[in-house]
Parts: sequence; C-alpha cells; structure tokens
Amino acid sequence: MTVETKLPYDLEYISQFSQEQNEPEWMKSLRLQALEQADTLPMPTPDKTKIHNWNFTNFKHNATGGTIQSLDELPQEIKVFFDTENQNQNLVIQRNQTAAYASLSPKLKEQGVIFTDIFTAMNKHSDLVQRYFMQDAVSVDENRLTALHAALMNGGVFVYVPKNVVVEEPLQSVFWQEDPEAATFNHVIVVAESNSSVTYVENYISHNKEEEAVANIVTEVIAHDNANISFGAVDNFAQGTTVYVNRRGVAYRDAVIEWALGQMNDGNTVSENITHLIGDNSVSNAKTVTVGRGKQSQNFTAKIVHFGQQSEGHILQHGVMKDSATSVFNGIGKIEHGAAKSNAEQESRVLMLSKDARGDANPILLIDEDDVTAGHAASVGRVDPMQLFYLMSRGISKQEAERLVIHGFLAPVVKQIPIQAVREQLTEVIERKVY
Amino acid sequence: MAGSTLEIKDLHVSIEDQEILKGVNLTITGGEFHAVMGPNGTGKSTLASAIMGHPKYEITQGSVLLDGEDVLEMEVDERAQAGLFLAMQYPSEISGVTNSDFLRSSINSRREEGDEISLMKFIKEMDEAMDYLDMDKNMAQRYLNEGFSGGEKKRNEILQLMMIKPEIAILDEIDSGLDIDALKVVSKGINKLRNENFGCLIITHYQRLLNYITPDKVHVMMQGRVVKSGGPELAQRLEAEGYEWIKEELGIEDETVGQKA
Ligand SMILES: Nc1ncnc2c1ncn2[C@@H]1O[C@H](COP(=O)(O)OP(=O)(O)OP(=O)(O)O)[C@@H](O)[C@H]1O
Ligand SMILES: [Mg+2]
Repeated sequence: MTVETKLPYDLEYISQFSQEQNEPEWMKSLRLQALEQADTLPMPTPDKTKIHNWNFTNFKHNATGGTIQSLDELPQEIKVFFDTENQNQNLVIQRNQTAAYASLSPKLKEQGVIFTDIFTAMNKHSDLVQRYFMQDAVSVDENRLTALHAALMNGGVFVYVPKNVVVEEPLQSVFWQEDPEAATFNHVIVVAESNSSVTYVENYISHNKEEEAVANIVTEVIAHDNANISFGAVDNFAQGTTVYVNRRGVAYRDAVIEWALGQMNDGNTVSENITHLIGDNSVSNAKTVTVGRGKQSQNFTAKIVHFGQQSEGHILQHGVMKDSATSVFNGIGKIEHGAAKSNAEQESRVLMLSKDARGDANPILLIDEDDVTAGHAASVGRVDPMQLFYLMSRGISKQEAERLVIHGFLAPVVKQIPIQAVREQLTEVIERKVY
Repeated sequence: MAGSTLEIKDLHVSIEDQEILKGVNLTITGGEFHAVMGPNGTGKSTLASAIMGHPKYEITQGSVLLDGEDVLEMEVDERAQAGLFLAMQYPSEISGVTNSDFLRSSINSRREEGDEISLMKFIKEMDEAMDYLDMDKNMAQRYLNEGFSGGEKKRNEILQLMMIKPEIAILDEIDSGLDIDALKVVSKGINKLRNENFGCLIITHYQRLLNYITPDKVHVMMQGRVVKSGGPELAQRLEAEGYEWIKEELGIEDETVGQKA
C-alpha cells in the first residue's frame, strides 16, 4: 500500500459524520465496516490505465452548500441544465453535499414515487434504502474505492417507483460541486418495481481547474420484472476532479435498462458501466459518448453480463480524442452458461483529432453458452479527408466541416439523452471541448 | 459578358509522383455546356477533382482561373464560395448530419453573415426542388447520402446543384447508375439551370445523357489531356464508332495516363 492512499478520515470521524446526518444504525455500521475493509482491499485495476498516481486522497469531505429557494438564484452555468420554459417539476439540486432544492409533482407523490436526496430517504424509508444499498448491484468490498465510497458517502439521491406506476415526466438531478475542493461521494439508487417505468437524468458539474477534488460515485439501477428504466447522464467535472464512477444495472425478467451517458469530464476518469441481465428476455442498451482533451487519461468500461435466456445486450461507445488525451474503451459482452438464445452486440468507435492523442478500443466477447449470437466492431481512425473535401466543396469551412463530422459521429448517443435541455447542454459541452 | 469564365491552362497534375494530367486546356464560359468524354482511366475525374482542390492531387504546372482569379490559390471552400461546384462520381456518406442541415450550411456559406437564408424560404425551396427531382421528402431528414442507393446519391447531387446555384458546375458521371426515368429527371434538373449565367462541364461516357442535355462543345480526353474537341456531332460519332478512330487518327496506342505520349 502506498502512502498517498492513507486518508485523514478515521472511525471516529465517520461515526461523527453519520450521527450528524441522523443516519439509521445500519448505515453507520456499514460505513465503519467499509472503512476497515478499505485498508486491505486493492485499488481497482482498469485495463491498460495506470491510476496509482492519481489523486484519490486529497479532497474536502465535508462541504455544505446554501439552499436554493428559487431556480432564478442559480448562476447561468447551472441554469442551462434546466428547461426553464416548461420547468421540470421533478428536480433535485445538490450543492456540494447539501440537498439544496427538491421538488416532485403532487401526482407522483400520490402514486408513491420517491425522489429525494439519499439522507432524507434513509430517514424516511430506512428499510427500503437498506434493502438496496450496495446489495444487488455493487458490493462494498469490490475494491478499495467502493469501500471508501461506502464509508465516506456524502450525497446522492434515491428513486423508487412502485409497481405498475408509469412516470411520464423525467426525473432530473443536478449535482453541483460548487466548492472547488469538495468531494462528491454520491450514491444514487434507482429502483423500478414490476411493470413500472421511469426516465432519470443526472448532471455532474464542477469548475475547479487547479484545486484538487475527488468524485467517487456509485449508482445502482434496479429494474424489476417488466420494468423499464431509461437512465441519462452528463458528467462534466472539471480538470481538478479525479473521477471514479461506477454505474451498475440489474434487470430482471422482461425488464429494460437504457443507458445514455455523456462522459465529458476534463480530469482523469475511471468509468465502469456494467449491467447484469438476470431475467429472461431482459434488455440493455448502453450508449456512451466522450470527448477527451488536454492531458487527461480516461478508462471506460461498458459491460453487459447475460444470465437470463433470450437476453439482449447492446453496447455503443463513441469517443473523440484531441490534444494529448488518452482513453481506453473496453466493451465487454459476457454470456453466462444457460443464457441460451441471448444476443450480445458491441461497437466501439474512436475518432482521433490530433496525432498526440491516444485511443484504444477493446471489444471483448466472453461466451459460455453455445446457442447465442454475438458481434463486435471497433475502429480507431481520423476524420475522413474525403468527407471533409465533400463538405468543403459545398462552401463549408474546414472547421465547420469537422464540426459537422464530429457531431454526426456523436449523434447516435446524444440524441438518446432524454431531456431536451440536457441534450442541448451536452451538445454545447461537446462543442466547447472540441474547439 | 454574362456569367463567369473558368480557364484551365496547361494543367499538369500528379498523384503520388505519378503525372496524371499532362497539360489540359479548356475554357468554359457562362451559358455554355461542355461535355468531356474519354475511355476509363484517362484523367477525367482527376481534372474535376483538381479543379475543386482535392487534397491528394498535386498541381505541378499550369493554371486555373475563375474570372481571372487564381483558383489554385484558394482553399476548397473558397472555390465553392467563388462559384464552383463539383458533383462527385462517388459522393461521400456522412453519418449524423441531415441532408437538410448540410444543404442549409452550404447555402449560407455563400451568403454574408447576417444574411442567412430564412428557414421558411429554405424549406420552400428545398420542397420545390425535391418535387422537381421526384425525390422522397424523407430524404431531407436522412443523414447525408448514408444508405442512399447509387441513383439516389446522384439525384441528391443535383438537388444540391439546384439549391446552391453555382456559376460553374462540373458534373462527374452524373448519369452513371441511373435508370431511364431518373436520367430524365436529373437531366430536367440540369436543364432548368441552363441560362447565360451558368456554365457546366459534364463528364460522361454516354451519348444517352447528351440526348437530353445538348452540349455546345464536346471534348475527348486521352493520356491525361484533351486530344480532340468538336460539337455535339462528335459525341454521336463516338457513340456509333467508339474511340478507335481517334486513336488511329492521332497515332495513340494506349490511351490511359500511364503511357508516355
Ligand atoms: N488516388 C489515386 N491513387 C493512385 N492512382 C490514381 C488515383 N486517382 C487516380 N489515379 C489514377 O489516375 C488515372 C486517371 O484516373 P481518373 O479517375 O481521373 O480517370 P477517369 O478518366 O475519371 O476514369 P473513369 O472513366 O473510369 O471514371 C487512373 O490510372 C487512376 O488509376
Ligand atoms: Mg472518373
């Protein structure tokens, strides 16, 4: 174990922190146990990316933020994430680790839908949160970072959709790391009971360039029988924040989990997006886009594991790399023995905009069953000069032509993002990062 | 004088150190339609691409002037803005960019900032042009040329031509892969543009197209240069007799560009 991974947070600190949040006893003991486990667990080992000298220890764990009475108070750079014209009634804004703003439509409340910050959820629905907190999807002891996450969890939301409830309007969370050194140890749980459906979209934002911070995020998405969850995200942490984000889905019989992830962090990032297709006929589409720039190093794993028969898993990863950014894309389709008639498809495409950038696409199929179909495609390439010639021959400038090609390249994922304001925001972030 | 004039003088073009065009001379003026014919591999597409500024082709000698301006000094987009247009033999496919967004960007690139075409006017013009070319309206929202059939791509090139309204257009095998009906439609589109302000260079292998679009002049390319020019009757004779008689007349054994003259 290297010295840098020693944290200034001990059992006493965590005990105290848990008490201050008024947490149920189970959470406190889970935290304390996790902290002890963290000492002995290994760091995650993302394929082909060295993370041993990344900052995972230097951050301010306890950073609160002011509450928000009206969205008008927010600065413009946060406002842009909302549809101000027809304002979303289902919204949670977290400022550092303070649940600063929360609203949920009366209709959904009446139907029993829960959408609150994680601490409120633990207070009001302790059993329900306990039932799902690092149980079915991510385990506390997977690696040192998951254990540290559990020990130091300081934000997040809980979404619960009861049986047969169809939530039409999307639920939106905005996680704003306002303090440049604030740690984001967010835990997000989305549970959809049988025959229900929900669309959830989240944004992570920070503006710290020089100041260092850490985001250690675990997200667990559980779709029960025949439930349908559409999960969208735009991660936009600034250069100073080192990110570990672990988003995991579990789909039971006939359930569908759709992921649309815009991974636009400017700092070093390890992102894991894994879905377990447990039930027969379960489906997951995992679509991600990313733009790498500067000197950042990123590692993206998109993995779908098939247990249920006739389960369908599609992975689509599109990345654009510029400057001397480095990214590794692992697209993994795994079909377990017994998951007959399943189909695993994966596609990883990387567009290189500079000769110093590095992109690595690794499509992997691991198949333990005969009666299945599977396919993969991967490419790492430059903008096709013939395409540029064609566009320019119509009068379009070189820069605009490149812009069109790049947007076109990222479009398959961008257009999947559920909320228009977020989609536009993602487009704008892409624009800003590419030029 | 009406329209623009494109002058190609003694144009030599190489690709990867192999000389392909060996001194092409050709002048096209507004109001004129020129046909360029010639066997495969004689440099026709090279001529078209070099005029438009394809990055792979290196100009080693000669000049291309548009109304006296040095075209070879211009970037590809500047050539288009100056009034040139190339309908390509093999148009690129561009995923994620809709045909209509692309067309609007193209039109606006030739207009001043602040004077962009209004969306209403654009849609109206696009609708009319698509009707004129018998194109399915869905094509407007599809990604640029992606999954278009060969014939659909060619129609799409003419749609662009009609909407962009260049001064001088070069059409490289706009008739290849078209069925009879499509050939008529595409010809109709090109003829609609025929006026004293529009000049056109039509590269084709077939008299069939020239039955619909009568050229003012016909040129034959061999060995990377124009070896014979004439009126519409030259195309008819080629259709009837092939290229053998020209080769005999000029003492050419191998007409492709690889051969020394
Ligand atoms: N990118 C290239 N690399 C190598 N050789 C090339 C390239 N482009 C053209 N050539 C060569 O230049 C010569 C002329 O090609 P070009 O495409 O201009 O012929 P063309 O007259 O248009 O023929 P066609 O009637 O078949 O379209 C051919 O021998 C061709 O192989
Ligand atoms: Mg050709």
